[in-house]
Amino acid sequence: MRKIKYVDALNEALREEMLKDENVFIIGEDIGKNGGVFGVTKNLWEEFGDKRVRNTPISEAGFIGCGLGAAVTGLRPVVELMYQDFALVAMDQIVNQVAKIRYMFGGKAKVPMVIRMQGGAGAGDAAQHSQSIEVFFAHVPGLKVVIPSTAYDAKGLLKASIREDNPVIFIEHQMLYATEGQVPEEEYEIELGKADVKKEGKDVTVVSWSYQLHYVLQAAEELMQEGISVEVIDPRTIKPLDIDTILKSIEKTGKLLIVHQACKTGGYAGEIIAQVVEKGFYNLDAPVKRLGAHDTPVPYNESLEKAQFPSVEEIKEAIRELCSE
Amino acid sequence: MFDNEQLLEVLEKMWTIRKFEEKAAELFTRGIVRGSLHTSVGQEAVAVGVNYALNKDDYIQTTHRGHGHVIAKGADIKIVMAELCGKATGYNKGKGGSMHVANLDMGILGANGIVGGGNPVATGAAFSAQYRGTKQVAVSFFGDGASNQGTFHESINLAAGWNLPIIYVNENNQFAISTPFKTVSKTKDIADRAIGYGIEGVIVDGMDFFDVYEKTAKAVEKARNGGGPTLLECKTYRFVPHSKADREVYRTKEEVNEWKKRCPIKQIEKLLIDNGTITEKAARELESKVKQNVLDATEYALNSPEPSLDELTKDVYFEVVE
Repeated sequence: MRKIKYVDALNEALREEMLKDENVFIIGEDIGKNGGVFGVTKNLWEEFGDKRVRNTPISEAGFIGCGLGAAVTGLRPVVELMYQDFALVAMDQIVNQVAKIRYMFGGKAKVPMVIRMQGGAGAGDAAQHSQSIEVFFAHVPGLKVVIPSTAYDAKGLLKASIREDNPVIFIEHQMLYATEGQVPEEEYEIELGKADVKKEGKDVTVVSWSYQLHYVLQAAEELMQEGISVEVIDPRTIKPLDIDTILKSIEKTGKLLIVHQACKTGGYAGEIIAQVVEKGFYNLDAPVKRLGAHDTPVPYNESLEKAQFPSVEEIKEAIRELCSE
Repeated sequence: MFDNEQLLEVLEKMWTIRKFEEKAAELFTRGIVRGSLHTSVGQEAVAVGVNYALNKDDYIQTTHRGHGHVIAKGADIKIVMAELCGKATGYNKGKGGSMHVANLDMGILGANGIVGGGNPVATGAAFSAQYRGTKQVAVSFFGDGASNQGTFHESINLAAGWNLPIIYVNENNQFAISTPFKTVSKTKDIADRAIGYGIEGVIVDGMDFFDVYEKTAKAVEKARNGGGPTLLECKTYRFVPHSKADREVYRTKEEVNEWKKRCPIKQIEKLLIDNGTITEKAARELESKVKQNVLDATEYALNSPEPSLDELTKDVYFEVVE
């Protein structure tokens, strides 16, 4: 199978869905001729023109609401927010409008809309351009939250998100754009709400997603030399959450660690653990563990930034501790 | 421009809104309408004048003070009242209430509980019309309070930049709850803000149906023919308190009474009596007829079933039923 970059997988998904459905269009900052500051929309403006690949003013609330108005009147907008952090400028539109309109209207509105954004630390972008705030969105009824970690998942999930008749928060990661992965030439999509076992193992279950998942995979690889077999699960969408795949894995391993790049306090690990305790408590043979970023803003300095979120060493140590229980 | 029959229709529509609002306020006092209620008594000419200039398939989105706008767009007062009473027969199945009345089939993109929250959404409907090449236009109603929200500025700038078919109808009733506009802004006329965005801003007498209609019709024609957005500032006044717990310390009885002399309903009624279309007696009969319609609507709402409890978890997401 051919290998392509995460960024190009996203680009292909957008292009294919735009070719398939003329109601699909994309709007956002610098996505036109510039191709997006991360290159996700490269060459789409040349192919589809201003009508369907539309640069916006720097008005996040304005153009997210614009996407909503278009969605409830028959179109399928894909709205790009350059940084996840910028969603905070537009939270009224996302939380009070986009997420709630269907329910408030008694089910009489459909909101087929994707809000793409990228976020997370690792690139030296400091506190206002590096946050991992997926849990903010997961808390809101009416939104689905997709957060792919590989090129294959990115393409298949973006295609499914564009075809979805509900609003989807689609969270990419700056540090993943250049990563390569196997992506088939032929058509496929990945159903939202289905986890993927990224590595099978028998001693401990580790749940992680997005960029942080790759730290977990490296830790799992290295621990094999110590005779520890780690099963790595990527939920891929945190809402809806495929808790069954996680519970099934715990039946086998009896041990659970969750690792995310978001701050530990109030992070999504807490929700997953709560569900596991409610539904699979008796399959656990050790206390559950979670690793998240320190409860600080993301610092600029490289050493400080790396120290802020879980490292491979910290993940390995947490797994060793679990296995010694 | 209007024949007398049309004017009678206008009069009836304005009375319908007035009587509906008065009844809704009564139901609110009796605890039947819950939460908050914002009525538009005194502002009927804006609702009816703007909507008279629209086609059925044009879009409107409105505010927390939006009953009049949706009724003027064609919503059935029975179903609006049922929604206010939280009944299963309401437009939103009782899940929205006063601040969220919507009916997409009529181009009503909903009232909105967040001041200024609807301007971007209406802008998107206009974008959609332009994208699909339908010749529809969108109207966004918003108050003087919302004109100080960022979303107003973002929306109007974006619509101007993209030449979208939209009319921003500012209903300037002069108070954001208790805060007079002039105490929080140096802008004399909100219409002037259009200049900053390179579009036309028009001051409208919001108490005068004809002025509202004519200026809206002109803006609609321009938008439909690719001329882009217009900002209309309709200067108007609410004759009633903002909502509950409003002691109206921010204005005098004299000021309210001065504005009441310019009641938009009485203006049309007087015109029709003076030109011999109706007698004073016929005018009172029309008022009574409308009152009865509102009573019937209220009866319908009160007798309607409550939503079943399993509705609680429905409609959060669209789900494909296999």
